[in-house]
Amino acid sequence: MTMSYHSHADLGGREGCGHVVPEPEGELWHAAWEPRAMALTVAAGATGAWNIDMSRAARETLPAYARLSYYEIWIHALERLLRERGVLHDDELADADADADADRPRPGSPPPPRLLRAADVPAVLARGAPTERPAPGPARFAPGRRVRLRTGAVPHHTRLPGYARGRVGVVESLHGAHVFADTHAQGQGEQPQWLYTVVFDGGELWGGATGAQRLRVSIDAWEPYLESA
Amino acid sequence: MHGMTQGDHDPGHEYEHEHEHEHEHSELGAMDLRVRALESLLAAKGWIDPAALDAIVDAYQTRIGPRNGARVVARAWVDPAYRDWLRRDATAAIASLGFSGRQGEHMVVVENTPDTHHLVVCTLCSCYPWPVLGLPPTWYKSAPYRARAVRDPRGVLADFGVVLPESTAIRVWDSTAEIRYLVLPMRPPGSEGLSEDALADLVTRDSMIGTGLPRSPSPA
Repeated sequence: MTMSYHSHADLGGREGCGHVVPEPEGELWHAAWEPRAMALTVAAGATGAWNIDMSRAARETLPAYARLSYYEIWIHALERLLRERGVLHDDELADADADADADRPRPGSPPPPRLLRAADVPAVLARGAPTERPAPGPARFAPGRRVRLRTGAVPHHTRLPGYARGRVGVVESLHGAHVFADTHAQGQGEQPQWLYTVVFDGGELWGGATGAQRLRVSIDAWEPYLESA
Repeated sequence: MHGMTQGDHDPGHEYEHEHEHEHEHSELGAMDLRVRALESLLAAKGWIDPAALDAIVDAYQTRIGPRNGARVVARAWVDPAYRDWLRRDATAAIASLGFSGRQGEHMVVVENTPDTHHLVVCTLCSCYPWPVLGLPPTWYKSAPYRARAVRDPRGVLADFGVVLPESTAIRVWDSTAEIRYLVLPMRPPGSEGLSEDALADLVTRDSMIGTGLPRSPSPA
């Protein structure tokens, strides 16, 4: 674990990002490589060599995050995950001629934990990877309770957005216990925790001006993110 | 985005060199080669089956997309019992129509009313209910949407040409864990006599994210 951890992906509330550009519903791809990049990422993830929280951590800490398109982020992070596990080696990609030398001897690579076969794709997609687990104990907070979201720097992947840190909201609902992203991303296991929907008034998050929008915002927060307020 | 032009980049970033390098080939060409090389390497190493990639692309191009969500919405509009099931257990109610799994393992449906309009975002990445909406559009994954949806949702709606009454409150759902949200839009006026299939045709992807409203039925 490094001393500091910085996510480039925590964008909620950032100003000066410009306008949203809508696009038609049927417009799935914007370059020929994008469908392969999407499928490659899904298939490599299905090997089980890493989990979804590890891949989110690999993406959000890419130094080039803000410059890359989303599927570029996926590919850069995929390469990084593969390098970290000794599946890809330095310069191997640069040397790889897509068609020519498939039989050339390559540096050793570990086998994948699993291989996703074409015949299994429909079932694997339809099954997904549910994250609900038996609860570790009773839930600490009930619906209606006021809670303050944890504050302070977190030296690892987390799913508590910056704009909610230190803010006071109300527990709206419980979703059972779920795999805890923070430990899961660090290879420290699932350590299931109660998951809550916590709702904030717009004014609590952004001050009075946005209160005029009659806005409420909710996040889904694991119990370790919460304290009584 | 900020009026920057080519050659106007801040040279202080460590990733600048790589970025410029990609521009030498043009962005698309470089990524084409990069993804192709990665796929062939991983196939040679036994980490992926290229035929599985074909099957994944095919699934999201032909079977898994926003028409699935439209079926859920249309059913809820015509069948009060189904709507009630969606409220109680959206994952099971949606699975009963054949839509389940990856990135939709734990579903919650939120209902628009004259009093409250719902909007879904993932400020931290791109979480999106794939079984019912397919792959997220580019704007959903973009910085402008993720930054503004939680702070200025009426401004975001204006980018989509949607203006809500001042009296309508807005509720934004930031998908920060593994719960995935689907907006159940209000059934449009004038759609009373329509069949479930015809109703599904009125349901747009954006209306199920909350950045749009369903189409109005065309006069007969």
